[in-house]
Amino acid sequence: MNDATVHQEPSYLGAPYGLAAWLLTKDHKRIAILYLISITIFFAIGAGFAATIRAELVTPQGDLVTADLYNKLFTLHGVVMIFFFLIPSIPAVLGNFFIPIMIGAKDLAFPRINLLSWYIYVIGAVITLSVVISGGLDTGWTFYAPFSSISSNTDVTTAAVGVFITGFSSILTGFNFIVTVHRMRAPGMTWFRLPLFVWANYATSLIFILGTPVVAITVLLVAAERGLHLGIFDPRIGGDPVLFQHLFWFYSHPAVYIMILPGMGVISELVANVSRKQIFGYSFVAFSSIAIAIIGFLVWGHHMFVSSQSIYAGLVFSIITMLVAVPSAVKTFNWTATMYRGSITWDSPLFWVLGFMGLFLVGGLTGLFLGTMGLDVHLHDTYFVVAHFHYIMVGGGVTAFLGGLHFYWPKMTGRMYSEPLAKVSAMLVFFGFNLTFFPQFILGYMGMPRRYHAYPPEFQVLNVMSTGGAMVLGTGYFLILIYLLYSLFKGPKAPANPWGATGLEWQLQSPPITHNFHEIPVVTEEAYDYLHAPAPQLAIPASPREVTHE
Amino acid sequence: MSSSLPLFPLSASTVSGEVDTLFFFILGVSAFFAILVSALMLYFTFKYRSKKAGDAGADIHGSLTLELIWTGIPFILAMVMFVWGAQLFFTMAKPPADAMDIFVVGKQWMWKVQHPEGVREINEMHVPINRPVRLTLGSEDVIHDFFIPAFRVKMDVVPGRLTTMWFTATTVGEYHIFCGQYCGTRHSGMIGTVVAMMPDDYEAWLAGGRTTGSAVQNGERLFTDLSCITCHKADSSGRGPTLGGVFGSTVQLNDGRRILADENYLRESIMTPQAKVVQGFQPIMPTFQGLVSEENLMQLIAYVKTLKPAETAPVPVKK
Ligand code: HEC
Ligand SMILES: [Cu+2]
Ligand SMILES: [Cu+2]
Repeated sequence: MNDATVHQEPSYLGAPYGLAAWLLTKDHKRIAILYLISITIFFAIGAGFAATIRAELVTPQGDLVTADLYNKLFTLHGVVMIFFFLIPSIPAVLGNFFIPIMIGAKDLAFPRINLLSWYIYVIGAVITLSVVISGGLDTGWTFYAPFSSISSNTDVTTAAVGVFITGFSSILTGFNFIVTVHRMRAPGMTWFRLPLFVWANYATSLIFILGTPVVAITVLLVAAERGLHLGIFDPRIGGDPVLFQHLFWFYSHPAVYIMILPGMGVISELVANVSRKQIFGYSFVAFSSIAIAIIGFLVWGHHMFVSSQSIYAGLVFSIITMLVAVPSAVKTFNWTATMYRGSITWDSPLFWVLGFMGLFLVGGLTGLFLGTMGLDVHLHDTYFVVAHFHYIMVGGGVTAFLGGLHFYWPKMTGRMYSEPLAKVSAMLVFFGFNLTFFPQFILGYMGMPRRYHAYPPEFQVLNVMSTGGAMVLGTGYFLILIYLLYSLFKGPKAPANPWGATGLEWQLQSPPITHNFHEIPVVTEEAYDYLHAPAPQLAIPASPREVTHE
Repeated sequence: MSSSLPLFPLSASTVSGEVDTLFFFILGVSAFFAILVSALMLYFTFKYRSKKAGDAGADIHGSLTLELIWTGIPFILAMVMFVWGAQLFFTMAKPPADAMDIFVVGKQWMWKVQHPEGVREINEMHVPINRPVRLTLGSEDVIHDFFIPAFRVKMDVVPGRLTTMWFTATTVGEYHIFCGQYCGTRHSGMIGTVVAMMPDDYEAWLAGGRTTGSAVQNGERLFTDLSCITCHKADSSGRGPTLGGVFGSTVQLNDGRRILADENYLRESIMTPQAKVVQGFQPIMPTFQGLVSEENLMQLIAYVKTLKPAETAPVPVKK
């Protein structure tokens, strides 16, 4: 490739300018940016709720906010973070941007539907959040009936409609990804040459399509019972409250994998890159994603061991839950083995990889405690569960998202950020996260139930630690926001391939042109062929004379 | 701020020690793998640090043997955990036959406790130690969850059905009761205390409590007051089946199903009689939904359970 500073073509970020051009774009890259901006806003909102919750929990008495407000805060924290931040995060931002490029396509299969998904997502989110002015929502993100359908005095109906609408956004995105991966791969891009990030998003899309309709219908049924008094979940009018839990968890357990599978895909890319080496056991990593997506549909009852479901049903759910732990373990071992005899680069992606591994290990392993029936009886609905799923979804999912965002930022924006700051914030996030959530495991084993506005005094010290950790964690996230924004204006221009990575996306200029490729590439190599990858080049060389060509 | 920093819950029931043992087993296995993987990763990070920019790692693609090993070992360990946990769960799910009964009703936001002898309490539950106690749990509104951390037991309290849990307290003391399932505004205020006492003290406490008759006596009174007695006679002369010996029997329904008459069946027969109609009878029994509270329901059931088959009455078990 020639000197990028000289031969740079107009990128997708350039013309056509203007708000309208962006809001009507069919370019998957611009849509990814629209998602990135939206999820950042929702993350900030969700984080604000979390900060208030942690502040309330500094003292055992419920003294900062009222009990009702507290219940609304944790409900909206969960709803916003899960439906409007975590679920779309990696697929809709990094997936949207990179799946077409990685497989050598000029766009997704259905660019208009892609834009439609974003609009549906925004409309669903705005409707859901409108409950803030119409009475709040206090059902917990789990919407458990019959509390949600007969008891809550908040605006459950509006929220249910909002979540229902948002569901279609996921379904359309999943559908778009699946068709794209099947139909749009460049010549020579066989299934087993796909980057693992694509495999992971493909598996995620399966869950989007199979699971989302169920949860969408379920929340709608809650609204129907509230509004029309159809007896579905309320036993007083002939319904069954446990039915709600079956329907809800049928989606919401797989939803956990929606939030972690794409993160595993990102980490596979990053591990190969920081090790400068082929991924160890490519096909095992690829198929473990599919296995997780499929087996993940058969374990929902592990949320219901003490719900009065039959103990034999519990047995089946427990054994399958233990099984689904195995493919995650396989991935972890393969990532570790990838680093063996690698050529490890100590740039910022390494820090995100190590941070992810540390947190995901804890999150995954603590799942074993909860899948074990006799132990889950004690742990169910305590802070142990809260800690466990934050380790998976935030420690794993968000750390992977941030790792991916840092890794791909130069490609997406054409700018480099400060490497030292990135390393510092990766460490702040890791440290802050552990300080926030590790004490919650102990609180949980001691018996502190989740969703408690006030608590007995013996739990205070650990809660104060947790809140202190949240401040560190928040600082870490805020720092990232600042230096990434700063880089947009003042960051040095990014070279085409700063990390010396393999993959079609790194052969394009940074940022890419609107149609990605002038000509559809022909793929002749397997993924992660680091034997032939260029050296990392974190900055564009100062003067054209020093350009070393490849 | 409390001065001490407790890190582990009190352990005061026959199962709490077993739960802790399983916990430490899984903790040990987890810690082993967490440390192993982290240590390897950190070691590789330093040992194989890139010497020169652009150097590639070794050309290794994988190893089937290793894949099999690290699929097999986690699989075996996971199965050990599963079996161990399932065994423990079965112990916790099946109350011993000689367990004494206590009835618990959850409602937003309090626990109402009723001893068979008739003594009632709110947000407190006195129990003797070294004696299995079986709780029958009902809810008047939404789902709650009865959780005693020191005993390591917990059970959802679900409207529309009765659930059970049991424990044997081993140490005299006072322990938290928490509502585990989010149930609205004062969910975190739906807490109480288990007072575990020496058996003699418990008897003395029971004797000192004020009662309005035992649960069975109250149930008998309700059986008359609600005119159940007009249809359900001791012999087979009523319009409804005789209830003597029905509890624990197998009932033949008119749609051909055969059902074990447990507490939940009795509950359903009273609250939604049309749902399961006994063979040979008309669906004329009125619903008592909204007329009997959960507490009264438990008293009625306690009474029906005491009814013995009459000499002349047809045995409800139909082969
Ligand atoms: C109007 C007459 C009538 C009254 C009053 C009535 N029942 Fe019934 N009950 C019936 C009939 C008829 C059946 C059998 C058909 C069915 O299962 O619905 C029945 C069935 C039952 C059964 C199931 C019996 C079995 O053999 O499986 C129970 C338990 C029961 N009733 C309890 C009660 C109680 C407790 C009350 C009072 C709160 C009550 N009934 C009031 C008529 C009545
Ligand atoms: Cu789950
Ligand atoms: Cu509660």
